[in-house]
Amino acid sequence: MRKCSRCSKPATLHITELKEGDVHALHLCEACAQEYLSNVEVGQESEDPEDLFQQQIESSIEDLEDVDQLSCPDCGITFKEFRSQGRLGCPQCYLAFENELMPLLENIHGETQHTGKLPKRAPEASRRQYELIKLRNRLRTAVESESYEEAAQLRDEIQKMETAFSEEPDK
Amino acid sequence: MDLNGLAQTSGEWLRGTGPESDIVISSRIRLARNLAQFPFLSRADDAGRAEIESLLREPISSLPVDGELTYFSVNNLDALDRQFLVERQLISREHAEMHGSRGVGIGAEENVSLMINEEDHLRLQVLRSGFALDECWAEINSIDDALEEHVTFAFSEQLGFLTACPTNVGTGIRVSVMLHLPALALTKEIQKVFQAMQKMRLAVRGLYGEGSQAMGDFYQFSNQVTLGPSEQEIIDKLKEVVDGIIKYERRVRDELVVKNRQRLHDQVSRAYGILRSAQTITSEETMHLLSSVRMGINLGLVDGLEIPTTNELFIQTQPAHLQKLRDEHLESAERNVARATYIRQRLGSSNHEHN
Ligand SMILES: [Zn+2]
Ligand SMILES: [Zn+2]
Repeated sequence: MRKCSRCSKPATLHITELKEGDVHALHLCEACAQEYLSNVEVGQESEDPEDLFQQQIESSIEDLEDVDQLSCPDCGITFKEFRSQGRLGCPQCYLAFENELMPLLENIHGETQHTGKLPKRAPEASRRQYELIKLRNRLRTAVESESYEEAAQLRDEIQKMETAFSEEPDK
Repeated sequence: MDLNGLAQTSGEWLRGTGPESDIVISSRIRLARNLAQFPFLSRADDAGRAEIESLLREPISSLPVDGELTYFSVNNLDALDRQFLVERQLISREHAEMHGSRGVGIGAEENVSLMINEEDHLRLQVLRSGFALDECWAEINSIDDALEEHVTFAFSEQLGFLTACPTNVGTGIRVSVMLHLPALALTKEIQKVFQAMQKMRLAVRGLYGEGSQAMGDFYQFSNQVTLGPSEQEIIDKLKEVVDGIIKYERRVRDELVVKNRQRLHDQVSRAYGILRSAQTITSEETMHLLSSVRMGINLGLVDGLEIPTTNELFIQTQPAHLQKLRDEHLESAERNVARATYIRQRLGSSNHEHN
């Protein structure tokens, strides 16, 4: 369990704030969170966002010194440079730093699988794969919110889709 | 489209029309996209930036949207023009202040703005007056589709659209709504709203003027999560939350009117009085007073003034707009005088003045 970043009690509130593209997360216990929320002006940070971005990366990575040396084979940016700028160098960086970025993405977004819009040129197979992922996500939400009727319907739909896929010959 | 002529007008999104426009100033959706075959801008040199701009400029200029798009090479505009576009929310502050080849395509109604070489290669933005997120999405989605006919965007099956900053990856979408919440701010109920937003991973930001202090009781609500849920789910969630905040603001307004009508009427009338008679005024004070007056109009406490006028004044009293309207460079103190004069004119009290 994470500790409160102001005292040592367990953190119960996870506040992620974004300003001009920089993310910064605060992990606070109930008491510190109350204090923080009543003091903070909207849009104004009590701490430097760059520092918080650093903290967030540091907290999600163990051997930071080794990791800092990693570099992207395509654009040459090092992980250390990414940490200090908060910007990646090229699309391939997501692959080059995959192990380091995944926990960070999980931290920021709570998820690591895209289910939104697909480029028009995406193959049919990936489209169906996305549909399945979306349905499974909806099923999870339905179960969490105890909407059992909806959950049952979704389960049927998922099963139908899975069967349809497996019956089709591979292309 | 001529920037000097624009100073006298306002974009469609400020017209104060559209659903819930007494509380919702504007709805906005932006998408971040990058070309698959180029590095992100942090690793692009001057030649690379120029190449990206020339590659994107053509497909953008020929898009069938919003009448005709006008393209501006932002790097060729002077600082005042860039500031002017920032004030109109047609480019971001970051885009105004960066260096190197970059540009923006702006729709005739100012609902559409397409920035090349911002933090990402492409930032598409659609703005609308009032609470109109579905309309924003329909338009921006079709612009995105149309661009895809010409270029290939960086995309991964797992992570979706790849962006320079990991906070935007996935959908690359930022859905935001600008709300005017004077009653929630006055009663400090807004604190509860902030707390609720934090728990739901939604961001709230104040509207800024020249300084860094939030002012005028304007708050922008937006999503932070871009990876995981679909665009529609992100939009629906924000719609639901904003809907609740609108109801909350209305309820508190109604209570205020019932309990403190006289005090409220006094506050609103004083604000209106100062705006109509001040000889020098800062943009912070202007925002603050306009906010009061705007609420007064909605509650029927102010006669003879309409919402669109207050909306326009928020933009037109900002530094670059004032200087464009006067067609001269003005220092801060001179701007305060020019601002007061302009407000008196717009509020119909200039005839008492000898020039
Ligand atoms: Zn604590
Ligand atoms: Zn790279």
